[in-house]
Amino acid sequence: MSSSRTTDPQPSQSAPDTLVSTVPVKGTQGSVIRPYGDMTGDGMVQVSFTLPVPHDKRAEGAALQLAAKMGMAPALLVHAKAIGPEHTFFVVYGSVTHLVEVDKVVVIERDFPLLSAKEVNQAIRKSLRRPLVVVGACIGTDAHTVGIDAILNIKGFAGEKGLEYYSEIRVVNLGAQVLVPELVERAREEQADAVLVSQVVTQRDAHIHNTTAMSAAFREAYPSGKVPLLIAGGPRFEEGSAGALGVDRIFGKGTTPAEVASYLVHAVGQRHGTRSSEEQQ
Amino acid sequence: MNTPKVLELDRRTVRTARTAAARLGRPVVELARSHTTVSVERATLRLAGLAGADHERVPWVNHLVDAVRDQVGIEHGVTTPVWDALRREEAPDLLTLAQKASTGAVTFQIPGTRADLSRARRAAKAAVRPGIRRIDRQRAARERQIARLGDPPQRPWIYLIVATGDIYEDIPQAQAAARAGADIIAVIRSTGQSLLDYVPEGATREGFAGTYATQENFRLMRAALDEVGKELGRYIRLVNYASGLCMPEIATLAGFERLDMMLNDSMYGILFRDINPIRTFVDQRFSRQIHARAGIIINTGEDNYLTTADAVEAAHTVTVSQLMNEYFGKEAGLQDWQLGLGHAFEINPELPESFRMELAHALLARHLFPDAPLKWMPPTKHMTGDIFQGYLLDGFFNLVGALTGQSILLVGMMTEAVVTPFLSDRDLALQNVRYVLNAAGGLVEDFHPPRDGFIQTRARQVLDEAIALMQRMSAEPSTRGWSPLLEAIADGTFGHMKRPADQGKGLDGVAQKADDYDNPATTLLEEGA
Repeated sequence: MSSSRTTDPQPSQSAPDTLVSTVPVKGTQGSVIRPYGDMTGDGMVQVSFTLPVPHDKRAEGAALQLAAKMGMAPALLVHAKAIGPEHTFFVVYGSVTHLVEVDKVVVIERDFPLLSAKEVNQAIRKSLRRPLVVVGACIGTDAHTVGIDAILNIKGFAGEKGLEYYSEIRVVNLGAQVLVPELVERAREEQADAVLVSQVVTQRDAHIHNTTAMSAAFREAYPSGKVPLLIAGGPRFEEGSAGALGVDRIFGKGTTPAEVASYLVHAVGQRHGTRSSEEQQ
Repeated sequence: MNTPKVLELDRRTVRTARTAAARLGRPVVELARSHTTVSVERATLRLAGLAGADHERVPWVNHLVDAVRDQVGIEHGVTTPVWDALRREEAPDLLTLAQKASTGAVTFQIPGTRADLSRARRAAKAAVRPGIRRIDRQRAARERQIARLGDPPQRPWIYLIVATGDIYEDIPQAQAAARAGADIIAVIRSTGQSLLDYVPEGATREGFAGTYATQENFRLMRAALDEVGKELGRYIRLVNYASGLCMPEIATLAGFERLDMMLNDSMYGILFRDINPIRTFVDQRFSRQIHARAGIIINTGEDNYLTTADAVEAAHTVTVSQLMNEYFGKEAGLQDWQLGLGHAFEINPELPESFRMELAHALLARHLFPDAPLKWMPPTKHMTGDIFQGYLLDGFFNLVGALTGQSILLVGMMTEAVVTPFLSDRDLALQNVRYVLNAAGGLVEDFHPPRDGFIQTRARQVLDEAIALMQRMSAEPSTRGWSPLLEAIADGTFGHMKRPADQGKGLDGVAQKADDYDNPATTLLEEGA
């Protein structure tokens, strides 16, 4: 969870007027680089994998063949071990022939300003003049609340307090395995401004089915234009799939509560025709 | 489990802790005794031999209990109206009765005369008895196999998880895991099964992040592990989950098919699945009575508290939960050797002295429950995707397990939170365990933390906090008219989840017992007959 990777939230497809900027990665010398083992330009990498063959000379040859096809030349087989009678595990070190062209790397930048808790509270007071209501749940069969809890619970995640900590945000966390009709009903009851759903452990695209079912149910239950902000989070969602899933935003692995809070302020501010203070500058 | 008493806990303090747990637990047991649930009634019918499902896979036990509930309610127990209907020849046998009842073609009643009533009850008892006998036979079969093949040569026993969703994929994986050194195989359940109010039927090949718990899946996996156990000369234990809305029925099926351990926590379903607290405590008591009879070891889920709360700040809630699980377990007839109380290695590794605190907490559990087969669970919350760091963390987890004499070790995977384990991940994880146990398994003998040192002090502090929390719960005035434990659960004392006793899933399947309530299964289980 405390991955050093940061998420690259992408713009909402249902709001095509939001700002998208693509910028080249800065801080690298030259535009072509290779992996760094212990010397610039040596191209050294390590990989490990298992092949479904018994461990013998031929198996080791097979591992080296795979390494060569992956662009490792020369490849050094440093470890081979039988796992049961039919599988062999390998560790291979080697220099990859591939080059990384840094100026062709494209990343999507966050399209809303990151605010502190104080700024978030101020912005909500200004745009809504009442607390912002967030209803959160793990929907469908997913019983793993780690994701939604990291964002909502006061305890928070990665040293940041969760949304419950924000004085101007009222959080209703429904927990795990919430049924979609139940979620819609609670969202209406609480007059939710935003609905957060989390999908952590999923198989066979259950996260996609669950999320589309959820967004469809909300569109059916609310008059158009009145649907709360729908936000889905979880490690399996693809960047850029928000539109296809019918939600306003997708958040991936490593998202912090402050990012979610900042997005909420940004999106709710836009909806209510007032702009958050940061944007006025 | 011959751990030296290195913590030097004060006996009186330990007694105070148990007294406080009993005080909290007693009214909840009363509540459990005075209610029944649809799942308890269905489990009773399963004991009487009713199995199978209709063409839409709705089990016959569900049809029959629903039909009785619609006509006379479940508060008298379903067996009296059911065997009364059989006696009146509404149907020639139980299965046909269930089938007819599903179309509304059976009239149920509570017999009007004393003679009819006692005839129906006698017939029901005679019908349920063979189900209990079947559980007894499986227990004897286990004992025979263990006598012949033997237990694992080392402690802790090594516990591995398989979970493909497809029972026919699970079987070769489980056999491979046993050959690679696993002593215990847990088949993780499909997520979502805990909220199904029926037990699926048959062999299943589709599950989400796990495989459905069905009687046929139990049978298939048991046979596969018996086979590999014979080959290895070691009895391989099988684990599943008696939790969720069908806890009593799954416990019964586990008894029928000789499962050896069942995950069965007193509060997990309430807190993490939002199942109604009364439903949970009633279902749990019945399922634990079955486990007691079947010789099944329960595994409790204290690790879960530490994934939502901080493992240092909430350390005492683990102790409280262990004490509550012990109280409820023993009340239901479980022996010490059946109480697989849980705890976990979840302290943030960035904290200074995190390893020493882990040692203190693990030793505390070991000392409080010297005869329980404690289940020691690996880091999950602080596994980051840095598999190399994670492998080291798992090594330290294994070391705590060895140093503190834990009984069951759930093997940690370096790919936790990344992917479902690769074949190689599992192999590396087992190498890690074997290395630590070989290299340091005997260290439990040498390990004597100094008197009043960091470890002793920390363990005492956690125990004191646990006692204080239990006493505070008992002292808190009741605002809703419930017992202190239920009030505390409603207030979010555990895992920050607020779960009031008048809400939650499965509440509509709970009924207060009428004065004439009868359940021959409970009677037989409580008589030990």
